[in-house]
Amino acid sequence: MSSVDTLPLQSENGTEPESRQVSGSVAVLEAMLAEGVTTIFGYPGGAIMPIYDALYDYRDKLEHILVRHEQGGIHAAQGYARVSGRTGVVFATSGPGATNLVTGLADAMIDSNPLVCITGQVFAHLLGTDAFQETDVINITTPVTKWNYQVTDASEIPAVLAKAFYIAGSGRPGPVLIDITKNAQLQLFDYKGYTKCTHIRSYRPAPVVRKEYIEEAAKLINEAERPFVIFGQGVILGKAEKEFKAFLEKSGIPAAWTILGLSALPTDHPLNVGMLGMHGNYGPNVLTNQCDVLIAIGMRFDDRVTGRLDKYAKQAKVIHLDIDPAEIDKNIKSTVPVWGDCKETLPLLTEKVNARVFPQWLQLFKEHQQKEEEAVIQNELNPTTDIMSMGEVINVLNELSGGDAIIVTDVGQHQMVACRYAKFNKSLSNVTSGGLGTMGFGLPAAIGAKFGAPDRTVVAIIGDGGIQMTIQEFGTIMQSNVNVKILILNNRFLGMVRQWQQLFHEKRYSFVDIESPDYVMVAKGYHIEGRSISERSDLRDALHEMLTHNGPYLLEVMVGKENNVFPMVPQGCGVAEIRLK
Amino acid sequence: MKQEYTITAYTENQIGLLNRIAIMFSRRKINIESLNTSPSEIDGIHRFTIVIQEAEDVVRKLSRQIEKQVDVLKVYFNTNEEIIWQELALYKVPTDEIAEKVKVERLLREHGARAVVIRKDYTIFETSGHREETDKLISVLAPFGLIEFVRSARVAIIKSSKGFHEKLKEFEQLKPGDEVVENEYLGNRNDVFSM
Repeated sequence: MSSVDTLPLQSENGTEPESRQVSGSVAVLEAMLAEGVTTIFGYPGGAIMPIYDALYDYRDKLEHILVRHEQGGIHAAQGYARVSGRTGVVFATSGPGATNLVTGLADAMIDSNPLVCITGQVFAHLLGTDAFQETDVINITTPVTKWNYQVTDASEIPAVLAKAFYIAGSGRPGPVLIDITKNAQLQLFDYKGYTKCTHIRSYRPAPVVRKEYIEEAAKLINEAERPFVIFGQGVILGKAEKEFKAFLEKSGIPAAWTILGLSALPTDHPLNVGMLGMHGNYGPNVLTNQCDVLIAIGMRFDDRVTGRLDKYAKQAKVIHLDIDPAEIDKNIKSTVPVWGDCKETLPLLTEKVNARVFPQWLQLFKEHQQKEEEAVIQNELNPTTDIMSMGEVINVLNELSGGDAIIVTDVGQHQMVACRYAKFNKSLSNVTSGGLGTMGFGLPAAIGAKFGAPDRTVVAIIGDGGIQMTIQEFGTIMQSNVNVKILILNNRFLGMVRQWQQLFHEKRYSFVDIESPDYVMVAKGYHIEGRSISERSDLRDALHEMLTHNGPYLLEVMVGKENNVFPMVPQGCGVAEIRLK
Repeated sequence: MKQEYTITAYTENQIGLLNRIAIMFSRRKINIESLNTSPSEIDGIHRFTIVIQEAEDVVRKLSRQIEKQVDVLKVYFNTNEEIIWQELALYKVPTDEIAEKVKVERLLREHGARAVVIRKDYTIFETSGHREETDKLISVLAPFGLIEFVRSARVAIIKSSKGFHEKLKEFEQLKPGDEVVENEYLGNRNDVFSM
């Protein structure tokens, strides 16, 4: 970002540029410009007022999106980061403003989203006195941040923010929170310009790749008869989609994805065999326990992917590529660990593996897929009853969008169905709350995604439970005219919990019967166009209207009340015990 | 199998880092038996010494997660055989009791203790050693009216360590070089996944 219009240091009478007096608040905004930030999601308040006051003069350089709740702000920043590959930025005030960020921080931490959150704090002399809107935000957020720091002196701001952006975006990305006391925001200090951080001695984001491990991994792969690749978000975070595809295409190995790895490989790629995990595809789950070499790339063996660990891929030798050494051997003991950025390790591996094809092995995936088609998919995509299914909605959406849309999902049944059936042609297109499973994530994340990829169509697929958790963000959509398409799949239940209650709690439907407002009316109140349909004959037309409408649009589709998501690996079972019904 | 492990972490001296490290244990409901923070052999680098009872596998995962923290440079974990350790203990007893009933000199000799303060009303002894040794002096002094007792956290030196000076130079390099690689061979993978 060399062309960034940063604050020029005044040079008087042709002498060396000298430092100049600026406030801590101005230094914060200068840091944003120097880091190439263009969009900030935030909400003002007492303790962050000096920064907002300074922001008033930066309105033409920094776009600030006023959200309706800080949780909405941070989820928006996550959506922004997930589709742009850049660091999302959030401003919030002290006390409740800061605590409202906690869910988003936890979500970003577990899903490795690069974020820099700036929170205001009470004056330094009031710290620890239970002052108005004081909360110990550093200690509250320590477990859910990659790094956090409290600034009480303005002169620290340039260096601390440089560190914050460096830490958030490098290595395994994560959220960073910087808490700035009000006196530091107001304080004038000698500003000597902004220098980006490129090194912290106690922090090594990318290791030296050890060639002997690459050799060992290649040897295992070359000797394998039924190798299987499972990949996660590491491929996307490492911007290594091309390298990944090259590896697959040379080695000929079938590959399945975690829900955060989704979209790293196009849906219709011949080696893409589908989704892993609890509601993943039949073949990838069953055949995990039949492969002889399992190659895990940028994924962390989450329990929703592995099911019972002592019944997971026991027969296989495991090669684990990951940038985070703490993930190696955490859940699954690897035979060959390849520690490093997969952008770097994958080409090394590709060079060493033999070009091969596995027609019989792939055929086995196809046979399993066929079983799943017959038992689950056909009926989900083409129901024989009048009741609409979530799957058929996604299917028609695929036809209309061609797989080019960004799909943002909330959490629950619709999320699993969307991940299972949505079509993706390119990376950075799937945004979902994977690790934390945060209901209410979808709507604000979609808003952020639209700012992160303004030229793309953004469809937020949300259930009737999740939408009501952050529905206030309709206000943000209204005020900033955010062109997102809100697709509510309404089954008049908290569907995923209901499904579990049906299957594992003798249909004791305990507090899952949730009522909805008239969403079209609510949207109308925010000047958002909308429509609700319950007939299949309206589906295509309604989705088409949603996608082509000039501006934000809400479409509610009434779907089957007690439909279940299958296949399913019940909790406590191994992946091979996946049930088709 | 659970056993006693001593975790040694070299860190930057940062406010809040103690909490960041402590919650790694509390998150897993692991009790910290002893925790000491002190300067290290290098100016500006802090050294945490933490004692827990756990299985090796858990200790290794914990150590990696601690080392992953931005302000932590390096974490080692060792069994008791691999370290030399001491704890310091102070004992306050009534001077008249001690003077009358105990042969102070013998006491000091037998327990490697020394008197730090002798006042008319009380005497403070100090000794250092392993837990059993400092515990033993408690039981010896208890009959004479032990008024106060306090023991410090464990401090430990790793027998095989060559200190942190060379290691720090590697950390301070912008790019890790080949010499940073600790283990060239696959047999030593337990040590490989760290700087």
